[in-house]
Amino acid sequence: MASNVLIRAQGLTKKYGGYVAVDNIDFVVYTGECCGFLGPNGAGKTTTIKMIQCVLPPLSGLLTVASMDVSSKPREIKRMIGVAPQENNLDPDFTVLQNLLVYARYFDIPKPVALKRSEELLKFFQLEEKRDVIIDQLSTGMKRRLILARALVNEPQILLLDEPTTGLDPQARHLIWDRVHGLRKQGVTVILTTHYMDEAAELCDRTLIMDKGKIIEEGKPAELVRKHVGEDVLEIDYDEKTMKTLQAEFPSTRFEVVSDKIRVFTSEPHGVFETFLRKFPTRGATIRNANLEDVFLKLTGRQLKE
Amino acid sequence: MKRQYSVAGIRLPELTYRVWKVWQRDFDVFMKTWKVNFFPPLLEPIFYLIAMGVGLGQFVKPMEGLSYLQFIAPALVAITAMNSSFFECTYGSFVRMYYQKTFDGIIATPINVEEVIAGELLWGATRSLLSAGIVLAVVAAFGLVSSPFALLVFPVAFFAGLMFSALGMCFTSLAPNIDFFNYPAFLLITPMFLLCGTFFSLSQYPASLQLFANIALPLTHSVNLTRGLMVGRLEASLLMSITWIAAATPIFFIICINAMKRKLVK
Repeated sequence: MASNVLIRAQGLTKKYGGYVAVDNIDFVVYTGECCGFLGPNGAGKTTTIKMIQCVLPPLSGLLTVASMDVSSKPREIKRMIGVAPQENNLDPDFTVLQNLLVYARYFDIPKPVALKRSEELLKFFQLEEKRDVIIDQLSTGMKRRLILARALVNEPQILLLDEPTTGLDPQARHLIWDRVHGLRKQGVTVILTTHYMDEAAELCDRTLIMDKGKIIEEGKPAELVRKHVGEDVLEIDYDEKTMKTLQAEFPSTRFEVVSDKIRVFTSEPHGVFETFLRKFPTRGATIRNANLEDVFLKLTGRQLKE
Repeated sequence: MKRQYSVAGIRLPELTYRVWKVWQRDFDVFMKTWKVNFFPPLLEPIFYLIAMGVGLGQFVKPMEGLSYLQFIAPALVAITAMNSSFFECTYGSFVRMYYQKTFDGIIATPINVEEVIAGELLWGATRSLLSAGIVLAVVAAFGLVSSPFALLVFPVAFFAGLMFSALGMCFTSLAPNIDFFNYPAFLLITPMFLLCGTFFSLSQYPASLQLFANIALPLTHSVNLTRGLMVGRLEASLLMSITWIAAATPIFFIICINAMKRKLVK
């Protein structure tokens, strides 16, 4: 397994002034997997990504990509990485195709190769018709797709996706997910940050949950859900009387009130569900599959992070 | 580890041929809109020649043995060189860095921050060369070039352009927002435009002011060189101006790259 390690961080730390953005974290990313960094805003996800792509130097600790240290071999590492940043940094002075060609030139890719690859990428991301359009005239979804296409122009072994679908409509999100799956099949290692738990569950083999610069949990999405929440979650319409009855009836069970719902955390949701229905046959209650969002909120808390 | 030479935290930038990739990017953008980029600079010196030379010039005695038109024509070349390079690496670079995030895009490739800034500076110098070339052609058409040494104005425009680009980039490294450039534009560029032996001879100043213009104001030297070459007066003062530019350019160059790196890589 150790030979499969593509990225390794040990004691990785980054501070901005007095603020600790990444606090002494250890992690590995294996060749060919899709590894997701989850966490609220300010958790340190983007900082970690930027250290991997060699544009931010770590303050301390070790960070290697393909056994190369980020501080001594940045060019070699950057050559094998494709980056789709959170912020749109497409070149507004150029058309769609020119954006890819100019970017390919930064990687020393010869013009004919760059042209062929760019045409293929535009096709892959359904942007052929926009080939000669200036960036300003693209929709948000098209810009995201072009950023992804650009990240692939150097045929990277590692793809860094920093919130790849934030602000996109469902169609655009699914197109991007579909393309990421396609790239995985070609053997590309994907590192992804996201706030969307469904996205992490859809794409990631493994997730690392970050909060306040630390990695607080790690595992396969389904395992994390089982471990922290269980199979199912029971939600009951809130009122005070119901709450009191529930607490009296199930003293060892944890209840949480979220807006107008009581969330019941129990390893036996179906038992509670049946008891509840017997007692309050007219009240609303739903039982649903637990998801990564439940884990996320449980681990990182409910209060706003900013 | 690589050896890094550093004095007071200032390091020699690590540059490779990739600098030209950044230059090429700016050049490609320029060529997309070459009409807008070529014609206004062509017209501006004509207006100056009419207003200052033909109009005002009739009331002005010959200066340093030159007609007023002959006297200001080289200044127009040098001023254009300064403006195009300085503003390219202040407003232009700031827009690319801050609004367009172009630099962020480039440094995700094997190109490093130092090379991005060096590419911008070389591009600023190139713009200076192109603009000065246009103005030189215009004033030549007015019969205001009297020496074949005027061809050496091209390298002067390039190196003076590099100096003003690097000076501009120093301000870009300090700029918290784009309005900040009002300070250098009005407090440095405008005074230089008016006071560096451009529209009247430096010899009309008291000695202390002459000394100040020679020591502290870079435009003095590019005007002096451009004028000397265009009218074919190869005096010792040209050597002093070459020395000044040759000394100042690498200093500004290294300082601005270090400062920009500090700004961009936190």
